[in-house]
Amino acid sequence: MGEISYLLFWVILAVSFTNLIFYGIFFVKQQESIRTLARMTLVAVGVLQTLYVLLRFLQTGYTPITSQHETIVFFAWSITWAYFSFRWRYTVKNFGVFISLLLFILILLAAGASRTINPLPPALQSWWLPIHAGISVISYAFLALAFCGGIMYLLLERELKSKRFGYFFSRLPSLDSLDQLNSHCLATGFVLLTLGIITGSIWARQAWGTYWHWDPKETWSLITWFLYAAQIHQRFSAGWRGKRAAVMAVVGFASVLFTLWGVTFLLGGIHSYAQ
Amino acid sequence: MPSDMILLLGVNHKTTPLAVREQLALNKGYEEPLHALRNIAGCKECYLLSTCNRVEIVVVAEANAQVEEDIAKLLFGTSVAPEQRQDYLYVYRNNEAVHHLFMVSTSLDSMIVGEAQILGQLKEAYRHAAEIKCTGPVLNRLLHKSFSVAKRVRSETQIGASAVSISYAAVELAKKIFGTLENKNVLLIGAGEMAELAAEHLVSQGVSKVVVANRTLSRAMELARRFNGTAVSLDELFSQLEQADIVISSTGAPNIILHKKDVKPIMRTRRNEPIFFIDIAVPRDLDPELNDLNNVYLYDIDDLHNVVEINKSERDKEAVKARRIVDEEALKFQNWLDGLSVVPTITALRKKADDICQAELERTLSRLQHLTADEQKAIAKMASAISSKLLHDPLSYLKDENCQEQNEVKVEMIRAAFGLVDKD
Repeated sequence: MGEISYLLFWVILAVSFTNLIFYGIFFVKQQESIRTLARMTLVAVGVLQTLYVLLRFLQTGYTPITSQHETIVFFAWSITWAYFSFRWRYTVKNFGVFISLLLFILILLAAGASRTINPLPPALQSWWLPIHAGISVISYAFLALAFCGGIMYLLLERELKSKRFGYFFSRLPSLDSLDQLNSHCLATGFVLLTLGIITGSIWARQAWGTYWHWDPKETWSLITWFLYAAQIHQRFSAGWRGKRAAVMAVVGFASVLFTLWGVTFLLGGIHSYAQ
Repeated sequence: MPSDMILLLGVNHKTTPLAVREQLALNKGYEEPLHALRNIAGCKECYLLSTCNRVEIVVVAEANAQVEEDIAKLLFGTSVAPEQRQDYLYVYRNNEAVHHLFMVSTSLDSMIVGEAQILGQLKEAYRHAAEIKCTGPVLNRLLHKSFSVAKRVRSETQIGASAVSISYAAVELAKKIFGTLENKNVLLIGAGEMAELAAEHLVSQGVSKVVVANRTLSRAMELARRFNGTAVSLDELFSQLEQADIVISSTGAPNIILHKKDVKPIMRTRRNEPIFFIDIAVPRDLDPELNDLNNVYLYDIDDLHNVVEINKSERDKEAVKARRIVDEEALKFQNWLDGLSVVPTITALRKKADDICQAELERTLSRLQHLTADEQKAIAKMASAISSKLLHDPLSYLKDENCQEQNEVKVEMIRAAFGLVDKD
């Protein structure tokens, strides 16, 4: 099983790379036929990632979301399926191009991380692991979509404001649809983020005795939560939209990344299992 | 044909301001002006095209007839003094006229190169002229040809594909900002011609509401009626800005009428809904600093020109292709026209008869080798006598001086009957 899982990961990396190439060519040439290929390979990436996560689950006996490698793959898997769930309801031109780039970077990072299977620390041996960590990472996936949308928005907005139309003008969807993307992914991501913090806090009560430790990871996830809460509040009360919302999506995602990795490597704390 | 000429007279958006075009006597209805044109002495065939951007008349007249003056008088009515007409009117003759008509039908002469509307207008105009039998063999052929040239240009070039005009650019930008234009509100400040055109394009893209704000309310109402919209006075500008999504400003005001500090609080009441300002006034109506506000996009006429320029190289390539097609087709038409005159028809008819005689003689004589040279000559003589006797009547019918005005009909008939129709 270890062998299959080992091979499968390289297949994912290869397919993901092919996917990025297809999307890259499509972005440059805007040909329908290549888009079909790109979409098919992206679905393949999603399916392969699912298989890999399942295989890893069978291999380790717990939800594969504890080591660095597992977390990144799970993050990539969440982004892929969050993207499909979004695509099912909305159409945003060339969004897949940016997603495929993000996916490839993540999988490349996962390739660099150690794949050894460590025995699960006693504190993590709980049903709360898939619930708390799973929900949190899936929420990060939606926030990652909002981040990609934000980048696209800023690229297009800059060309529209400066009135110099370069590469992106014809290749990006309308500002309105990007703003819609932001609001949809922000709302979904925020609800999941809140759930992730609540479940984590309940688990902490069970595992460590108190709901809240002010452990660096907890503190940073709270900071992230406040960043997004402020954004949501401003969007729905004062009509914060457009460029400001896009910038906030980027800032918020930076905070997400720091919570996910920065804290573990720089600040440590009892939450840092995945070394 | 040598004795006739094709004459095209007209005014369009390039030569004549709207204010003058509105005054033209021929810009309402077709029937009356066509009857009037037909009654001009020396005019054999006529046709009239009247759209909001141009009025053009094509006539086939006797070469020496002085119809130009009469037509110009008919076209301008009393609105323009005769000495001023020259400033507005353009006149083309024969192949130039053909060329120009093809340029019009292919939309190369339109305000918006590549637009398709003109072809429909042309067909409509032709239908009117044909119904009351103002057109004859030359114009029938010419106009049908102009339709097929337009079709050829459309199918062989990409001329209709890219955004090519200011208003198209405005629509494209609006779509980049708003996605769909449905349920969007347009506010026109001032009621200029360009604003009208841009609004027309926006409405055709599904814009839901048009509001016209103008200094003189009557003009605002007039324009609003066109778009099923509402008219307001300029005093209500700020409150209207709270609802508008696309604002087109084209007032004749000497100063800026909308400053950054005016728009800033409006954005708050709008809850930052994006707003797209298009300033097509010269001098400008809108504060250039508006563009610095979040969710506010301001484009003035030069910016829009730049957008058009982006597509220009692409369009120019296509326009060159289209122009080549027009040149080619105009030349072909000229050849057909030349073929219509009597002399070439006679030559062609004789040549055809001679060719047939020659071919048949060769075939027959090759089988009659035993005949002497004299006998062979006698047979050859007989063959040419038969053909020239047969040709005598058609030729003298063609040459008949008595009914020269029907020359083209006769020529067409003879050419068809004897299979002299040239392939084109």
